[in-house]
Amino acid sequence: MSAARRLLGQPWLWAWLGALAVWLATAAYTDGKGSGEVLSAALTFGAFFVIVALGQMFVITLGPGNVDLSIPACMTLAGTVSMKTMGGAAGMIPLGLALALAIGAAVGVTNFALIRLLRIPPIIATLSASFIFQSAAIWWNRGLRVKPPQPLADFTTAKIAGIPFIAILVIVLALVAHVVLTRTLYGRGVIAIGQNMRAAHLAGIRVERIRAATYILCAALAGLCGFLLAGFSGGAALNMGEEYLLSSIAVVVIGGTSVAGGFANVPGLWGAALFLFLLVTMLNTFGAGAGLRMVLTGLIIIGVIVAASGGTRKT
Amino acid sequence: MSGPVSPRLLRSLLPPLSLAAILIAIFYLQPRTMSYFGLNLLLNLAVPIALATIAQMFILCVNELDLSIGGFVSLVACITATWLHDTPLLGVAALAGLIAAYAGLGALIHLRNLPSIVVTLGMSFVWLGLAVLVLPTPGGKAPDYIRALMTLKPALVPFPIIAAVGLALVVHLFIMRSAWGTVLRGAGGNPRSLERAGWSLLRIKMTMFALAGFFGVLSGMALVGLTTSADANIALRYTLLSIAGVILGGGEFVGGRISPIGAVIGAMTLALAGSFLSFLRLNPDWQIGAQGAILIIVLALRVLISRAETRT
Repeated sequence: MSAARRLLGQPWLWAWLGALAVWLATAAYTDGKGSGEVLSAALTFGAFFVIVALGQMFVITLGPGNVDLSIPACMTLAGTVSMKTMGGAAGMIPLGLALALAIGAAVGVTNFALIRLLRIPPIIATLSASFIFQSAAIWWNRGLRVKPPQPLADFTTAKIAGIPFIAILVIVLALVAHVVLTRTLYGRGVIAIGQNMRAAHLAGIRVERIRAATYILCAALAGLCGFLLAGFSGGAALNMGEEYLLSSIAVVVIGGTSVAGGFANVPGLWGAALFLFLLVTMLNTFGAGAGLRMVLTGLIIIGVIVAASGGTRKT
Repeated sequence: MSGPVSPRLLRSLLPPLSLAAILIAIFYLQPRTMSYFGLNLLLNLAVPIALATIAQMFILCVNELDLSIGGFVSLVACITATWLHDTPLLGVAALAGLIAAYAGLGALIHLRNLPSIVVTLGMSFVWLGLAVLVLPTPGGKAPDYIRALMTLKPALVPFPIIAAVGLALVVHLFIMRSAWGTVLRGAGGNPRSLERAGWSLLRIKMTMFALAGFFGVLSGMALVGLTTSADANIALRYTLLSIAGVILGGGEFVGGRISPIGAVIGAMTLALAGSFLSFLRLNPDWQIGAQGAILIIVLALRVLISRAETRT
């Protein structure tokens, strides 16, 4: 009884139930044909969502107003620069990866410098900075689409027993993030800052150091995602990050992390990422046009948030 | 910083000074714009942006954020170019329904205590999807009277300037000077005390969202009046422009600190920044980046001034 109640109280539950329901609905419509492939695709695309959402989750947990809107631009910049530097040569992969991560870290440092030194609200700071990163990516890449090195492309599309390798990798990454969030001084610090920045400061937490680390971590993960996504999709495109702006935030919130900060949940990220992908797949399967698909996606996202939020205002 | 000008004054002067600086730069680079015709051309597209910025301002005033205004303006533009042109009655009903939907959003956000960022993010999908359904391919036609209004050529002063000044003054008088406006702003400053005083926060939020919807509708109609036809992606960048415009104009994210005059000026500054950069013959690759840089510079100036303000 109490175990059941505890299960129902888990913030990640709704996202997973939603993903399951949507998958079953798709499978029922197609009489189960191809539902294995759908799941495999969901794991691959979900993995990309989860990589950026992990970073976004840490940022959002820092408290109201903290959100990173530069993720798409950072992905594009890291993807284009690393692909062009590698030039398709397999031996350059470690360098390309290091470069993508370094670009991400630099983006994070820039974001935080604007937030901290210029006292710009994070939304505007990351937004204005993202314009500059996007321009840098356009300027660097000149509209060329450089093919990724073959081993990288193989790596991102590899499967073990039908499960995409990249999904396994990101599951491990999520586990690490979960431990970092719940068991380390840093993770606890992030949560404490989100609950009450002043109290956290008085408790001796180095608030600004943790905020800086969080923005850098988020941008580095975006850089990693840009690198892997460019490898997966046969090269970096200038609009490759576009859909990750909305989905990174949506995945975090649907996954049960509080938008007001101070409460984060890693397992929900995977549930929400699968849910979002499967939802679009389901609407595609049902033959919905682009317009209807967007309307339903939007309404369902809002519906899930209304259902998951539960608490009505106590006034 | 104990100059002849007080930091407080400097702070309120920053938005008009930025606008003046960018106008002077444009005049210097391209003297031909310093004419009735040139100004008309320069500032035309600033009118719908200013209207969308005012819409965003109402939302920011009650400590929320609207990430769907771009999609919303696009949808209005699509409806204006199709239904309002072909079957005016249906068009008017649809637009009125959209304003009601905005009020409903305000109620939903307030009653369920939802984060507005996420709800409006979801709504941006809905508006865009509806826009695609209404107008699957770019096209449509602006109703003649809107077209006529937006291409008015009054004597002496170009229409966009009259429209911008009129808009700023009307909204300023309403929200900054009237008793009603003070209550509405109070909902952003100190909601709890307002509630203790017997006002319904629900009604205030719904009013503010409805106002935002109303100005969003005006923005979409004005945009179609200028472009004569619409497409579903026509105004997506308005979301970011409107937020940036409010902030450039001296508004704050929390606390009900807003300035309608500043918001209109901020919107015009941003609209002009685009023209300025193209007159500079800047490498087109860097156009968006330069807009971001302008935003950062103005905000940095504001921080410097605020610091001086706290010191005195």
